Amino acid sequence: MPLGLIMAKIFVDNIEYEVPDGKNLLEVCLSLGFNLTYFCWHPAMHSVGACRQCGVINFKDENDKRGRLVMSCMQAATNGTRISIEDPRARAFRAGNIEALMLNHPHDCPVCDEGGECHLQDMTVMSGHNYRRNTFKKRTHYNQYLGPFINHEMNRCIQCYRCVRFYNDYAGGKDLAVFAAHDDVYFGRQEEGVLENEFSGNLVEVCPTGVFTDKVLRKHYTRKWDLTSAPSVCHQCSLGCNILTSERYGGIRRILTRYNGDVNGYFICDRGRFGYEYTNSDQRIKQPSKNTDNSSQPLSTEDALHDVKDSIFSKKNIIGIGSPRASLESNFMLKELVGENNFYGGIPKRESDLVHRVISILHQGKVKTPSLKEVESYDAILILGEDVTNTAPMLALAVRQAAKNQPREKAYALRIPQWDDAAVRESVQGQTGPVYLLTTHHTKLDEIATKAEYAAPDDIAITGFEIVQQITRLSQSANGDESSQSFTASVARDLLKAKKPLIISGTSLYNTAIIQAAANIAYSLKDNGKDAGLVYAVPEVNSMGMSMLEQKNLDDAIGRAKEGGVDAVIIAENDLYFRVDRDIANDFLKNCHHVLVLENLQNETTTKADYILPAGTFAESTGTVVNNEGRAQRFYQVYKPSNEMRSSWDWLNEIRNSISGVHAENFDAVVDEMIKKYPELAKVKSVAPDANFRKGTQKIPRETARYSGRTAMLANINVSEPKPPVDKDSPLSFTMEGYQGVPPSPDVPFFWSPGWNSVQSINRYQTEVGGALHGGNPGVRLLEPSNENKSGYFNQSTEKFSRREGEWLVIPFYHIYGSDELSVKGPALAERIPPVYIAMNGKDLEKGNLKDGDHIEITFNQNKLSISVKSENTLPEGIAGLPKGFKETTGIEFPFWGRIRKV
Amino acid sequence: MEQPLTQHIKKDGSVLSLKEYEAVGGYQGLKKALKMTPKEVMQMVKDSNLRGRGGAGFPTGMKWSFVPMDDHAPHPKYIVANGDEMEPGTFKDRVLVEGNPHQLIEGMIISAYAIQADISYIFLRWAYHEAAKRVEVAIHEAYQAGYLGERIAGSDFHLEMHLHTSVGRYMCGEETALLNALEGKRANPRSKPPFPQVSGLFGKPTIVNNVETFNNIPHIIDKGTEWYQALSKSPDGGGTKLYGVSGHVKKPAIWELPLGVSLRELIEEHAGGMMDGYKFRAALPGGASTDFLTEEHLDVAMDFTNVMKAGSRMGTGTVIVLDDKTCPVGMVLNLEKFFAQESCGWCTPCREGLPWTAKILDAIENGRGMMNQLDILSFETVYMAPGNTFCALAPGAMEPLQSALKYFREDFERHIKEHKCPWD
Ligand SMILES: Cc1cc2nc3c(=O)[nH]c(=O)nc-3n(C[C@H](O)[C@H](O)[C@H](O)COP(=O)(O)O)c2cc1C
Ligand code: SF4
Ligand code: SF4
Ligand code: SF4
Ligand code: FES
Repeated sequence: MPLGLIMAKIFVDNIEYEVPDGKNLLEVCLSLGFNLTYFCWHPAMHSVGACRQCGVINFKDENDKRGRLVMSCMQAATNGTRISIEDPRARAFRAGNIEALMLNHPHDCPVCDEGGECHLQDMTVMSGHNYRRNTFKKRTHYNQYLGPFINHEMNRCIQCYRCVRFYNDYAGGKDLAVFAAHDDVYFGRQEEGVLENEFSGNLVEVCPTGVFTDKVLRKHYTRKWDLTSAPSVCHQCSLGCNILTSERYGGIRRILTRYNGDVNGYFICDRGRFGYEYTNSDQRIKQPSKNTDNSSQPLSTEDALHDVKDSIFSKKNIIGIGSPRASLESNFMLKELVGENNFYGGIPKRESDLVHRVISILHQGKVKTPSLKEVESYDAILILGEDVTNTAPMLALAVRQAAKNQPREKAYALRIPQWDDAAVRESVQGQTGPVYLLTTHHTKLDEIATKAEYAAPDDIAITGFEIVQQITRLSQSANGDESSQSFTASVARDLLKAKKPLIISGTSLYNTAIIQAAANIAYSLKDNGKDAGLVYAVPEVNSMGMSMLEQKNLDDAIGRAKEGGVDAVIIAENDLYFRVDRDIANDFLKNCHHVLVLENLQNETTTKADYILPAGTFAESTGTVVNNEGRAQRFYQVYKPSNEMRSSWDWLNEIRNSISGVHAENFDAVVDEMIKKYPELAKVKSVAPDANFRKGTQKIPRETARYSGRTAMLANINVSEPKPPVDKDSPLSFTMEGYQGVPPSPDVPFFWSPGWNSVQSINRYQTEVGGALHGGNPGVRLLEPSNENKSGYFNQSTEKFSRREGEWLVIPFYHIYGSDELSVKGPALAERIPPVYIAMNGKDLEKGNLKDGDHIEITFNQNKLSISVKSENTLPEGIAGLPKGFKETTGIEFPFWGRIRKV
Repeated sequence: MEQPLTQHIKKDGSVLSLKEYEAVGGYQGLKKALKMTPKEVMQMVKDSNLRGRGGAGFPTGMKWSFVPMDDHAPHPKYIVANGDEMEPGTFKDRVLVEGNPHQLIEGMIISAYAIQADISYIFLRWAYHEAAKRVEVAIHEAYQAGYLGERIAGSDFHLEMHLHTSVGRYMCGEETALLNALEGKRANPRSKPPFPQVSGLFGKPTIVNNVETFNNIPHIIDKGTEWYQALSKSPDGGGTKLYGVSGHVKKPAIWELPLGVSLRELIEEHAGGMMDGYKFRAALPGGASTDFLTEEHLDVAMDFTNVMKAGSRMGTGTVIVLDDKTCPVGMVLNLEKFFAQESCGWCTPCREGLPWTAKILDAIENGRGMMNQLDILSFETVYMAPGNTFCALAPGAMEPLQSALKYFREDFERHIKEHKCPWD
């Protein structure tokens, strides 16, 4: 029976409460709002009973006056459970436990990065322990270098074992462990070095003390209570994880997970957490400018608008190029400005077609796409052609959790409660349920795969179509191909055996057939009565949103310009040199004659612009983006920059005003215009409260009540305190004054609750621990499947891959650090980018008389690239893999046929 | 007086070979057992009233009865002999393993049959090199003779047996930490439930018994439960018990005696009384993790119930005697240092509390103590009470300390007032 359906009456300090029967007692107490201390328990990783901080007195029944001390995290709440949190013995025990934890703690809060947002500080105060009785020396440890992301200060460790449990058991890491014993236990790597796991940054939040802290924050450290923060959405891949972005002195200082029970839960990936440094880059465009080949002249906003009106809008054929990394509103405003027929999406046809195909499948197909969090609930998974660890990292983390579902059923059958993490893991013995991978080469998830096979992109699609046939065969004859050990038969069998099979695919190989094959498999499972799911990863944060507005693509624009149909172009947040070959981009921009670019960072496109307007990144903008699930989510401007940076839609709105006098009053007005024109986007209106939302009469402050230095911060410039800037676009204020309670869920700028200064205060924002945020999880799904399955099954039209003599099919390889356009421009993340390479099967290398590390020259179209080779024996012969998005490979359109020659 | 467990152990210290063991009736119990049903074997062990010899005295037959026995029961099931024996003052299992390893092996095979186990391990203390060699040979002999492997002694029953030598941590003797260690993991204990009988080694049904416990099994099956019950002087459980005495007594040693002999008989008769010039002051009745008993308790019968009534535990039945020429604070310090070092580091009270306790005792013993530290020590004994810690190590460590604070408070205070150890 699933937990939570039956209610139980429990008594806490003699007061009766109704709680879900069988739930963990500590969890229940926290959900009820009690201040009960804990360390080792974590809402996503559950109980192990190590820290002993959650002790309460448990009474057998109302006649039992003595009771005994138990760890609440190791008990179930069942009918009649009677506990006391306030019993003096329980209080003394919890205070004594803190005393014990503090024996060796350095008490260096004043210089500790965790200070002020520290669970250990909070629990210490909560326990009531304050006077130090220990008179002996403390033990000390050496700290390790752990790479550019994480700082290590082992002396602060309280041995709660959360770090290793998260890193190894939850995230599948291999290079963090606990060493030694007794009061000498040490949490670190076997030797110094970069923490390899893609989710290492979560240690910062998982660790309740200052052992693992954010090293990037440390470079520009500020006290946590001095940050100005806004609810935000990660812009570094298509999943749209919810984040909290924080600023001080005009720079972004750090990113934390913003809990969303439907999307990313308690975690985010390292690209998302540490990939923001580009927002602080010295390449940022901060001022409007007018540019010629050899000069750049800064302009005031007024002059810029004036000039743009005169020299761009005096032209006849003006087109706009949107972008998958710009918000819905920015793409929409551009479309408004240039007109429906003149708006082009910012991606080449091939990519555009793929995203449109995904949208139509999710909308007209009959299978639901689950939310990221829901992915964790599936019990058999097939991945077609997507290296999710590198293209949609948090999806890989979700797959790792889902893989645990089937084996765990056995543990539950032994009556081991779900929250008893150590016992569940002992029973499961590291087994994973059915996870099948069909990719072009070895990927990291192979380590949890039931079977992984490698094939050329077209062959992946063909195998996918074969799986559909197997499913049909198996379901039609009771004793179909039951015994076959072939890949397709095993996949079909396990998908059919599962309660909830999930198919994952994506656009990364630029192969429509793969996407169609994935849909067919999901459809056939659904037709066999399965509660099937279908997930596609798409290229960028707002690929889905932009495509919903896009009728014509970048190739169309390029064609039109070539034919002389363009007199001026407006490009919003898009570096065309990242999208298409250099020569093509050069020609296009030349053919457009006049170029206006709205952009965050200098890039090749801006060097060709006549006018540049400084567009805010996600940190300085407000907007809506649509993730791979079709979930529209709002991100808010974090701070008001002192320069001219603003949201692209805001610039475009001003331009429209200057040329036609039509002006949208604020962000909400833009949304209203948009949904009026595009009723299919109507739900965007309900993504978040609009700007005039108030709690009582109050706005929601972006600064905590503990914010300090407001009067002093800028006193070196002007002693009179400046008036706080006004945010006309959202219900959030740029101050510390305002509503101090729990805001509407899409508008939570930070997690804080009296006595709970660390991220553990998330408990106080949820309807129950680990559940939805108060008021429901943020985000609105725009795409739901149709019951009619308008799209039907796809026909297989792909031919088997056949290698060509002397040529290689070069496909993209993805890297979490390196393949994303903007995150690579931050120094910490850049340190993690591997050197560029071209991967080929060892047999191909041998034939070409090549060995690992040799330099080759690859020629394709009119291009040449000199690069070193790396053997990757899982890659089929005749295919080569080249990292996408690297400095050396930017703008290359995959896949392509290339000739390779040794140099 | 019958001494079934030790009677065949050779005085010269050499090992009993398979031939010699068979010649004195070895493997008769196994042959009988194989003719019975597993259920009947289990019932006999229940009826014998054998209680575990590893320290807690849990009834062995009852422990086995929690193993799932139906047709769908998970396999492989495991059986493990706990020969970690790192408890200070305890060396009884060593005598059995070195002297007569086949008796252990036979006991394990019968037990394995009763729960239908497939694989068995002997988990041996790291320092028992000689015992390890002998066990290795004995297992080999047993395989050769068809007592291990497929179709044991002509029956359908099969069993694998392996020797595992520990890395030398006291914690490895705690049965669930032992299982983790066997799996190659850190020797941290596991929470119960689930009990090892349900989810033990590699998550499969598992029985862990003490070496001495297993040594009883062949005799119970061979000679019957009535005979076995009659061996004991105590209503508390059947059989004989290996008792030992160490400290400043005339003849420190191990003897196999009826369960329930008195502490006085042990010390005064078997150990020959105190060494000349030493007076008895107190004793830890069952190894380092039991409470002190004093003069007034000398007539207590050494069984599980009576020692408990006297305020201590029978533990392993190996007595450590404290005399009047030895500093009790120094003795407790020595023990707490050991426990602090052996803490596995998993739970806070033990990991942090024991080293602090040891540091305070060290300060007191060396004349640097302060009166308020006695309050801290008392607090620690409550803080580390059973149930407050994750496993029984820390509560065990508190037993000698809490009783020392009760019986020897003056000695502690003298150390502090005189700024030195009065025994120095
Ligand atoms: C810290 C600690 C150490 C232990 N060491 C041993 C040991 O060395 N040998 C042993 O048989 N039992 C030891 N035990 C007891 C075991 O956990 C377990 O109760 C015993 O092996 C069960 O066997 P029995 O039922 O035959 O007595 C230890 C317990 C604790 C808490
Ligand atoms: S490093 Fe942090 S998370 Fe790990 S055990 Fe220590 S306090 Fe806990
Ligand atoms: S998975 Fe994607 S959206 Fe989520 S944090 Fe990582 S890069 Fe950002
Ligand atoms: S009491 Fe705690 S720290 Fe000590 S050995 Fe047991 S589990 Fe480990
Ligand atoms: S939170 Fe319960 S023991 Fe750690």
